[in-house]
Amino acid sequence: MKPLNLKKLSAVALLGAGILSMPTMAAVDIVKVDGSSTVYPITEAVAEEFQIATRIKVTVGVSGTGGGFKKFCRGETVVSNASRPIKLSEIKKCKEAGIKFIELPIAYDALSVVINKKNDWAKDMTTQELKKMWEPAAQGKITKWSQVRDSWPETPLRLYGPGADSGTFDYFTEAVIEESKAIRGDFTASEDDNVLVKGVSGDKGGIGYFGLAYYEENKNLLKAVAIKNATGDFVLPGLKTIMDGSYNPLSRPLFIYLNAAMVESDPKVKKFVEFYLKHVAELSKEVGYVPFNEQEYAAISNHYKTLQTGTAYKKPEIGLSVKQILEMSAASE
Amino acid sequence: MANDKKVDIENNLTLIRSLIAKHKRHDHIFAGVGMFVIISLTITLLVLFLDLVFDGYPRFNLDFLTNFPSRRATAAGILSAWVGSSLVLIVTFFAAVPLGIAAGVYLEEYAKKNWFSDLIEINVTNLAGVPSIIYGLLALGLFVYGFGLGQTILTAGLTLALLMLPIVIVATREAIRAIPIHIREAAYAVGATKWQVSLHHVIQYSYGGILTGVIIGMARAIGETAPVITIGALTFIAFLPPSPVGLEPPFINFEWLEAGFTVLPIQMFNWISRPQMAFHVNAAATGAIIILLTLLMNGLAIKIRYNIRKKIKW
Repeated sequence: MKPLNLKKLSAVALLGAGILSMPTMAAVDIVKVDGSSTVYPITEAVAEEFQIATRIKVTVGVSGTGGGFKKFCRGETVVSNASRPIKLSEIKKCKEAGIKFIELPIAYDALSVVINKKNDWAKDMTTQELKKMWEPAAQGKITKWSQVRDSWPETPLRLYGPGADSGTFDYFTEAVIEESKAIRGDFTASEDDNVLVKGVSGDKGGIGYFGLAYYEENKNLLKAVAIKNATGDFVLPGLKTIMDGSYNPLSRPLFIYLNAAMVESDPKVKKFVEFYLKHVAELSKEVGYVPFNEQEYAAISNHYKTLQTGTAYKKPEIGLSVKQILEMSAASE
Repeated sequence: MANDKKVDIENNLTLIRSLIAKHKRHDHIFAGVGMFVIISLTITLLVLFLDLVFDGYPRFNLDFLTNFPSRRATAAGILSAWVGSSLVLIVTFFAAVPLGIAAGVYLEEYAKKNWFSDLIEINVTNLAGVPSIIYGLLALGLFVYGFGLGQTILTAGLTLALLMLPIVIVATREAIRAIPIHIREAAYAVGATKWQVSLHHVIQYSYGGILTGVIIGMARAIGETAPVITIGALTFIAFLPPSPVGLEPPFINFEWLEAGFTVLPIQMFNWISRPQMAFHVNAAATGAIIILLTLLMNGLAIKIRYNIRKKIKW
């Protein structure tokens, strides 16, 4: 063996030392977005187009709605994706850090309740029936379809749903069981919605729920159930029924939260938000979500222009319309 | 009498023969079980890999490697992800390898055998088995907020270096232990100092083993997702970090260390969680590429180790 090349070794060591002792430099100017994985596809699409149109750099992370707010309230991000409204505890954190936020609803996400193709009895359901199937008290007791509605057969009832880390799960429990995170323990849970699709499509007595986009992609494998809405009609999920608000209560608005001070002071952030509002209708549809109507987007833009901070959700609420959200948000401070 | 003796010997012989046959049977059984285990493992891996390759086949083209992520699955690529993964691994390499080898040599050659070095030894072995998410949390507290390094390539590299360090240390020590004592004694006999013995002989001869540890560590690091997500890796990033080499003096810059990034496993995870099938194809292609990279790295390690071992003649 030839003796060790000391020069080479020391060069490597020096480089290593150089890397380790690097002083921290100011970050390059980038519009930083983080938050919900549900909102991510929309923001990704907007960021992609924005970057092509303006050459301003945008990054989008996926820390979940809660994780996103943590970063947002530390001032690390300027825009936060959220699949649910900001919570009181998060508002408090932001307040402590002196960060004021603007709340903007950007599109609808709908939950679809799905059943097996061979299921010819459960065409429609009420939320009470869904509650009967999914509530904690049903655990081990409600095991057949006939126990939910008398006219349904004695087929075993098997449930498939997202795991407890998902915002979809939070929303479903709030809207159906009327208590956040309360659910029976004996169902097949998966964070991967594709697993739920496989489960329900292979099980005649199966029922599950997930985001509308998954149902749209798997229409050939599954059937959607019409859900009884507030006015007493049974409504199937779809672009039209979600946009006109008749598919409720299983559709919810998605949000972005803006750092108010940054929007005011940084022209790049301002440009990004304006671009977002201008293109979100078309882009959200393209990635599988349901946009608001034109008047609603106009109202959101106006709300944004007033730079009104605060949230409409001083207390948790389900089924607010865009108009209501904006009015309550405007009256909040 | 003679006849009796003959019978005795023959009896004895059959006894011994049956004993040998029995032991040989054990041999065969063990070889069979071993073969079965190896084959079933290889087949499982192969099936998984081929499945990914078949699923991801439509994306195996240059565009996939040179495009940024996109909402259109067919136009989306892994450029920012593989560049991010590579840069993070470079930092990991330069942080973990010198430290790991130095620690290994120190523990093996210099450290006194007392309760303190025992404690270190137990800790090092223990660290090799700590779940990676713990390293992520440690790094989040220490590197991101404690040292203020932020959510950068540097942080990710150092985090994965922590993960890799125990593997390198253990491999270095094992490799050093395999060197015959005579080599050291011969060097000491002609008046070499401890430092000279370590540098000229011990490290030289243990390169092969150390390298194996380094590559295994790197292969583990390339597939890690949890700690990288914990410290705040991005998902959508459609630009590259500043280039490490430039045209103007000083030609090398370290700005890229401060850049945000994403890595291959995160990109893959993001695609697999999308509803559209077209994105699953992207995810499969990314998975195949990760496995291929790991395979390449391991292959390289085996080749280099083989070459080095061939050169060593004691």
